[in-house]
Amino acid sequence: MTTLNINGKSVTVTAAPDTPLLWVLRDELGMTGSKYGCGVGQCGACTALADGQPIRSCSVPISVLTSAQITTIESLGGNHPLQVAWVKNDVPQCGYCQSGQLMSAAALLASNPKPSDADIDAAMSGNICRCGTYQRIHAAIKEAAGFPAVAPVTAPPAPRAPRAAPQV
Amino acid sequence: MHQSLIDHAAAAAADQAPPTATRRQILSVGATLSAGALLVGCSPNLMGKVLSVGAPHDFGAFGPFVKIAPDGVVTVISKHIEFGQGNHAGLAAIVAEELDADWATTRVEQAIANAGAYANGMMGIQGTGGSSAISNSWTQLRTAGASARAMLVQAAATKWSAPVGEITVKDGVVSHAKSGRSAGFGDLLAEAAKVAPPQAPVLKDPKTFTLVGTDRVRRKDGLAKSTGTARFTQDVHLPDMLTAMVAHPPKFGATVASFDATAAKKVPGVVEVYQIPTGVAVVAQNTYAARKGRDALVVKWDESKAETRGSEQIVAEYADLASGKTKPAGKIEWQGFDARGDAASAAGGTAVVETTYDFPYLSHAPMEPLNCVAIVNGNKAKLIHGAQMPTMDQIVTAKIVGTLPGAVEVETLFAGGSFGRRANFQSDYVAECVQIAKKVGKGRPVKLIWTREDDIRAGYWRPIVHHAVRVTVDKDGYPATWRHRVVTQSIMKGSPIGGGKLDETAVEGTKGSPYLKATPVVDAQVLTPDIGVPVLWWRSVGATHTAFVMEHTVDQLAHAAGKDPVDYRRELYRRAGSNRHLAVLNLAADKAGWGSPAPAGWTRGVAVHESFGSVVAQVAEVKLENGEPKVGRVVTVIDCGTAISPDQIAAQMEGGTCLGLSAALYGKIELKGGEPVQSNFDTYRVLRHGEAPTVETYILPSTNPPSGVGEPGTPVIGPAVANALLAMGQPPVTSLPMVKG
Repeated sequence: MTTLNINGKSVTVTAAPDTPLLWVLRDELGMTGSKYGCGVGQCGACTALADGQPIRSCSVPISVLTSAQITTIESLGGNHPLQVAWVKNDVPQCGYCQSGQLMSAAALLASNPKPSDADIDAAMSGNICRCGTYQRIHAAIKEAAGFPAVAPVTAPPAPRAPRAAPQV
Repeated sequence: MHQSLIDHAAAAAADQAPPTATRRQILSVGATLSAGALLVGCSPNLMGKVLSVGAPHDFGAFGPFVKIAPDGVVTVISKHIEFGQGNHAGLAAIVAEELDADWATTRVEQAIANAGAYANGMMGIQGTGGSSAISNSWTQLRTAGASARAMLVQAAATKWSAPVGEITVKDGVVSHAKSGRSAGFGDLLAEAAKVAPPQAPVLKDPKTFTLVGTDRVRRKDGLAKSTGTARFTQDVHLPDMLTAMVAHPPKFGATVASFDATAAKKVPGVVEVYQIPTGVAVVAQNTYAARKGRDALVVKWDESKAETRGSEQIVAEYADLASGKTKPAGKIEWQGFDARGDAASAAGGTAVVETTYDFPYLSHAPMEPLNCVAIVNGNKAKLIHGAQMPTMDQIVTAKIVGTLPGAVEVETLFAGGSFGRRANFQSDYVAECVQIAKKVGKGRPVKLIWTREDDIRAGYWRPIVHHAVRVTVDKDGYPATWRHRVVTQSIMKGSPIGGGKLDETAVEGTKGSPYLKATPVVDAQVLTPDIGVPVLWWRSVGATHTAFVMEHTVDQLAHAAGKDPVDYRRELYRRAGSNRHLAVLNLAADKAGWGSPAPAGWTRGVAVHESFGSVVAQVAEVKLENGEPKVGRVVTVIDCGTAISPDQIAAQMEGGTCLGLSAALYGKIELKGGEPVQSNFDTYRVLRHGEAPTVETYILPSTNPPSGVGEPGTPVIGPAVANALLAMGQPPVTSLPMVKG
């Protein structure tokens, strides 16, 4: 038996202590928001926070997390400024990586409320999106951070306006 | 009824096809239809009866695509899987437009497996692919929406004793202005159900659309996918469910010689170990136990029939075949796919460009590794997964459990990407899951999970491709003769559509290229040797290599002629009569500021390519950073016919560009001694956040029916970047990926 603090609640689980947090969340607790993508901490789909820091839950055994405050996508609640910006910008495509993207972004904004483009690039470099939603993730983080929203889109048949200034 | 629906959809697809754009696709429709025929030994229209995959089904008063609840909420049924491409929003919008439904409350639901009602008009079976979801549904769903609308209008007219012509519908409310009456859809259901669906309901004049083509068409799954609540196969938990992992052979074609499961069975949570056709399966109470159990297996493999060639050897063999140094073995022969003028003379004269291009294996690597849930009880079977081709899954499953395909139930969930991988004629991972569930039996659910390593090492990759191109020019520097050789493994061979015919997917994009049309003498041939590695379509299929070869070659020709690459293309498009290419190129050049200096430090490259009925032009701004290409601004113009969801079209251009750039810069799977070298994201490098470009999308105005969007944005960025490098004075890029090592 291992006792963890997840999203502010104390939870006792039966999984063996060497079990990665991801499989405890998903298989034992039924919290399936955190995703399995690579199993080796390379893709970020499983990102949760431990004491506010992003961790790859696929690669961290629960035995080392007994004194940590663990936070998962389920804690954001749906109205988190990042989630609002995500929906407004229609960020997700397949959606599978987005829980991890959001948790990395949440950790970033909690520690750095006005991140620069380079800050965002660095903080989000561990989260892969194969659909290629990076541009909208970037825009949504900036929007959630209170930077001016990207230019509104125009409807065809008129050509669309650019969504964002080029990153240079 | 269901059979006539298939015919209707296919006919509609053919009727709508823009003249040049989908010619090849229509041909491939025919090919795929006959695939079904070959498979079951009967015509596709009999498939429904024989296989029962199209069995009559009571879909309710408004047919297979529209449901209206008593509270008036409209649910649109999608016959296509949603795995990122945004089709659920677009399909729903088409219905809502013609129905004049309330878009804000309109929902989308995934269809059951029923090829009678839900066949893809371009495939003849139920399936998603070829960027056809919107285009094959366009007339079908407009008709479904208009039909439901007409039934509701008739119901109101009867109820209110008012002329049909005086009834109006807006945002889910039916009104009669003269009498001041109005009612929601839900209030009219009972009366509407008595109305016979009109045979040919009047469709709206597209000029009057208020939803389709506007930025009101946004995703319906955005919130669920931003809260971790969207349900994927990986998330399925059922009572008593077991989780399975499989030890697969290290080489393709190897089989189990023997295995020792003693240690595996001692792992707490492991329930049983089974030998199955594809390896050794460990079933367990949970994922981690299955993983530890599989790690504890000792398996000896029989590699006597395995493919043992390395990719370097395959590439070298292809090059020797293309150059004529070696002759094709056995029954494999060169096949011509374009010939103009005195083709034999294409080998003569002085070549301005004579070069080869090599493309590696590519793994799709969707974020959700392949997985499936299967329940088998005797000869009853149910599948729950991201089913890209439900009909194939039914056929493959039925064969394993011994039932009729139509008896196999399929629940299709969101999939965490696919890029083509979840559709193959062997239904490989589905079959594997069904084999295990059959062993477990008794209706106990089994969830098969592939690790990322399983997913990447399993093959079904974009095949290795070799192109050899030789071009001579006229006095003005434009192509006079064009000799083209392609060597690649056939994707379609071995599929039910195989045979000795030309594999269009190997040459599409070279075949049909405006540059070949503009060249007086053409000799283009393809050779498809057999390799013991399963290969598959990878987002944009043939265009993943042909776009690169054609566009990078043309830029080299422009440079050799001392002409501007945009002007050079304009002349070739003029000669070929390729007006759509010209239009997207002109708009892209204009928006990108082509002709004016690029921002300091950046160099522009251009590329244009047609695939899946749509034409895309891109101008990319590129610089070299630490020796690697860095891409900044990418101006994208697409002509995809009528635009349904502009925002999702932009999203597909952004995403397609990222996937295409990822492949062009970094993507490769190598074989050493027949074993894959790459197996996870630490070795299979993919594009990450700071490496992504900023894509600006412009949609060319068009009144043509909709054409593809999901794939055409993928293949253009690679050559655009290579062409920017060329403009910097770098040598031509003759093999991908561009970043070596």
